[in-house]
Amino acid sequence: MFWFDQLINGLTIGSVYALIALGYTLVYGILQMINFAHGEVFMLGAFAGYFVLLAVGGDDLGGATIIPAIVLAMFVAALASSSAAVVIERIAYRPLRNAPRLAPLISAIGVSVALQNIVLRMTGGRDRVYPRIFPGGSFGFGDFQVGYIQAFLIVASVLMMAALLVFIQRTRTGRAMRAVAENRATASLMGIDVDRTIVTTFVVGAALAGVAGVLQGLWIPNIRGTMGFLPGIKAFTAAVVGGIGSVPGAMVGGFFLGLTETVGRELLSAIPGVHLPNEWSDVIAFSLLVLVLVFRPTGIFGERVSRRA
Amino acid sequence: MPLLALESLHAGYGAIRAVRGISLEVEAGETVCLIGSNGAGKSTTLRAISGLVRPSAGRVRFEGCDITRMRPHDIVAAGISHVPEGRGIFARLTVTENLDLGAYLRGGPEVAEDVARVFETFPRLRERARQTAGTLSGGEQQMLAIGRALMARPRLLLLDEPSMGLSPILTQLIFERVRQINEEGTTILLVEQNATSALEVSHRGYVIESGEIVITGTGEELAADPRVKRAYLGEL
Ligand SMILES: Nc1ncnc2c1ncn2[C@@H]1O[C@H](COP(=O)(O)OP(=O)(O)OP(=O)(O)O)[C@@H](O)[C@H]1O
Ligand SMILES: [Mg+2]
Repeated sequence: MFWFDQLINGLTIGSVYALIALGYTLVYGILQMINFAHGEVFMLGAFAGYFVLLAVGGDDLGGATIIPAIVLAMFVAALASSSAAVVIERIAYRPLRNAPRLAPLISAIGVSVALQNIVLRMTGGRDRVYPRIFPGGSFGFGDFQVGYIQAFLIVASVLMMAALLVFIQRTRTGRAMRAVAENRATASLMGIDVDRTIVTTFVVGAALAGVAGVLQGLWIPNIRGTMGFLPGIKAFTAAVVGGIGSVPGAMVGGFFLGLTETVGRELLSAIPGVHLPNEWSDVIAFSLLVLVLVFRPTGIFGERVSRRA
Repeated sequence: MPLLALESLHAGYGAIRAVRGISLEVEAGETVCLIGSNGAGKSTTLRAISGLVRPSAGRVRFEGCDITRMRPHDIVAAGISHVPEGRGIFARLTVTENLDLGAYLRGGPEVAEDVARVFETFPRLRERARQTAGTLSGGEQQMLAIGRALMARPRLLLLDEPSMGLSPILTQLIFERVRQINEEGTTILLVEQNATSALEVSHRGYVIESGEIVITGTGEELAADPRVKRAYLGEL
């Protein structure tokens, strides 16, 4: 069924946006800084997962072996993305922590362009293609069909988001992250190592992005050095729509953006005289960003931003 | 050996020299107050002890060890808790979460006992345990800030203007608790503009002006000193 398919597509792409958006919102929450290299952290995860899948058999994987292979790919991708984020934080952001707010932003864009080009060089500018190991096909009732791969993406990301919420709300480290986000100096008076907590925040956000890279690769197999750019900005949009700094906001914002690009675009196309093919998705996403920034800068879950200004 | 000793400590903010060669000592078991007017350098002194401001010269010794260049979280681990000016509660976290953070470096079953003890000291906090701390009144926030600092089981408690913005009744209650905390064995360095109440609960005190110590003595001596009376106790 057409509308149902659009809904599932929206949720699938939305779950990738949501996972990436969480990294933007976590880092913003703690440093009031937009980590514009985060899209590349996602890209690095996709590549790490790709190499793992190749190493363990590539297209020859089949049957039950794909489960451990995918789990391993996600794990290594999370590790690779997190390591990259730790290095980026250390060399590009931490030295600028007390600089004017524009400085780390420029530094982030520099890191982003550098990473894109390093990977483009190393891959000779050609796409790599994820092994097609995930079973095609779908399940459901009659016209209401959900692809296995789409169900997998949605369920995997929802599970990770649930785990993240438990981590932030229930663990000692999660509490420390919230404390540092609210007031760095006071957090240090609790005995919290602020620098380490900031690194932990980068690691958590990067791990989610790395896994998102693998998920997307399993679904849309072509990957390349510049693949992080558009999802990166869209996830940033999702974080802003949800209310940057808000964890539930990034989740809701991600799905909302995914649905806007699919269901929303089709709804607009249903208006007589309007025809918006697929390529209009980006226009719609970024129009939404502008609308939110103008009319509701705090986003859906937003609180007033920048207490510390 | 005093519990805390500042040895000609200097600290400031860029070109601003807020603390200019302060030396003072706090013996274990004492309550010592630091009084002085706006901008005298009281808060900066406490921040230099807890590591929030890096001293430019001089030394901070705690239990004989040099802690001058240690980072704030290591100073907490060494046994000093600082209740900052303006309380510094985490407004978006619940009262209980704030208290748990006070015990961040500890853990184990005694933490729950200590939470219960804080609730005994400040029953108002128990009623509000699940509320976010931002919804508390000023007095309740001060109680929370003090209770949270106690959760670290510090050997030295630094209190920066606990009476700021509180009604006379709440001020009295807070100072009673300060005395009680000291009697239960915690050494206290208290910063106040409310010199009358501060001197009442303190064994000794220092008067600070423009970043330097100008008078020192026991609580009674200072309360009787004509200069202190004139400048800080509002008497002619
Ligand atoms: N963060 C800061 N940046 C720059 N200057 C500061 C800062 N904090 C305090 N100062 C300056 O340092 C000096 C001492 O300030 P401090 O806060 O230590 O005084 P105080 O005795 O605590 O005063 P109050 O009773 O008003 O709290 C003042 O001149 C103040 O303006
Ligand atoms: Mg002060």
